[in-house]
Amino acid sequence: MKKNFIEKLLPIFASLSCLFLFGIILTLFIEGLPIFKTVGFFEFIFSKSWHPTYEPPEFGILPLILSSLWVTVFALVIAIPLSLGSAIYISELASPRMKEILKPIIELLAGIPSVVYGFFGMVFLAPLVQKIFNLPTGLTCFTASVILGIMVVPTITSLAEDAISAISKDTREASFALGATKWETITRAVVPAASSGIVTAIILGMGRAAGETMTVLMVAGGATMIPKSLFQPVRPMTATIAAEMGEAPMGSAHYHALFAIALVLFFLTLILNLLVDWLSSRRKR
Amino acid sequence: MVNKITIRNLNFWFGENHILKDINIFIPEKQITAIMGPSGCGKSTFLRCLNRMNDLIDKTKITGEILIDEKEIYSNNIDIFDLRKRVGMVFQKPNPFPKSVFENVAYGLRIHGIRNKMIIFEKVEKALRDANLWDEVKDRLFSSAFDLSGGQQQRLCIARALAIEPEIILFDEPASALDPISTAKLEELLGKLKKSYTIVIVTHNLQQAARISDWTAFLMLGELVEFDKTEKIFTTPQDKRTENYLIGKFG
Repeated sequence: MKKNFIEKLLPIFASLSCLFLFGIILTLFIEGLPIFKTVGFFEFIFSKSWHPTYEPPEFGILPLILSSLWVTVFALVIAIPLSLGSAIYISELASPRMKEILKPIIELLAGIPSVVYGFFGMVFLAPLVQKIFNLPTGLTCFTASVILGIMVVPTITSLAEDAISAISKDTREASFALGATKWETITRAVVPAASSGIVTAIILGMGRAAGETMTVLMVAGGATMIPKSLFQPVRPMTATIAAEMGEAPMGSAHYHALFAIALVLFFLTLILNLLVDWLSSRRKR
Repeated sequence: MVNKITIRNLNFWFGENHILKDINIFIPEKQITAIMGPSGCGKSTFLRCLNRMNDLIDKTKITGEILIDEKEIYSNNIDIFDLRKRVGMVFQKPNPFPKSVFENVAYGLRIHGIRNKMIIFEKVEKALRDANLWDEVKDRLFSSAFDLSGGQQQRLCIARALAIEPEIILFDEPASALDPISTAKLEELLGKLKKSYTIVIVTHNLQQAARISDWTAFLMLGELVEFDKTEKIFTTPQDKRTENYLIGKFG
């Protein structure tokens, strides 16, 4: 069979993505690994101070990892109840009309650029947090978590809603026929049946929160300390890279250290994605 | 013979469609009553009126009387969840929950407020034994219900219905998705269950109706054409339409 020119071109386009991925990974390794000539791997990951411009510089990213972790976990603490509540309401309880209004609005949240979220956090939420909790600064882990939490609501909601809606009518009828109320049917039959899809939604939301950069750069406060309280400024990994890449001289240890942070982030999100793949393949079985 | 269910002038509409037309029938206690008829005649709709499953569908209207033990089940003071506890249902396609065998049977017990683990275990075991399933699943009570065969899943659904001790069990073409051997096991089970329960079974399988039921109703285009003892319907039908259906003029 004769293929035309475009048909021959398409597989090349498709393989370009693989090439980009491969190129990015390669760059991360080439630029990131040299830092381990300056500091050991365990020292890099587990030592507690990040002062790349000191003399001698200190390259311990534990505070950054913990900052990322805190911000992500508390973002999920905020996002999970909001998202699951919305997903259950939209798929099970809302009237068709309400559903038509709510779904696009929640999805619109996903379309707002992250810099706008950051801006909102800086000028509105941060002063509020500062005032309410009587803090020296409103740019804190808490503030960043709230904004990030709102940002991942649409991701988790729409995926969780898909998972819940996909549960067949048979499951619901089986429950009703046993004399269960609507609420019992939702909480004991439908949501448990959708649990692996819901977990997938949460993990994807977590990946989004962990990788988000602009918002945390703007509202997390940027202190490179081990976080001890929610109401203290923190500096997640992403924000560190974004803030410091401009000032790190190319080829310096600082420069390589930032790439090594990116490498850590890359593996983190890779693990989350593999987890999602594994969960969804288990669901299909 | 006692009438468990009495139905008078039952009419049912779905939107503009008049699905059930002026049906008068009684369902005798602790017997098997088969509802048969061609596809689309309203058999399943009729069955679902008896445990008010049609309430879940929008744009439906029902008139007439359905009395269980002389009490109107569509009156305002009836507790619909209690009604469905008394009137169990087994569906066309086996529909176990994506939970373990044990949890499937325990579901109804937990819904109806039983917390004591020993009582739950006893009732689950009894239900599984009554559904002729215990010996096949006793070693894998805590593995997924989806790992069972289709016939086992259907008997699990029966055990699930039995666990909450209903008085009536409705079967909506329970064997239509099963192979002949599973079907035979299911029919044997039905014969055993009628000693304790009033059974209404919808089927479009004539032989099945003839084999297992005591009474047979023949429904066509939403009308009750004939209702009588099964042997009478199959040997000397009174209505020409029943006769034509039995000899296979339409189906």
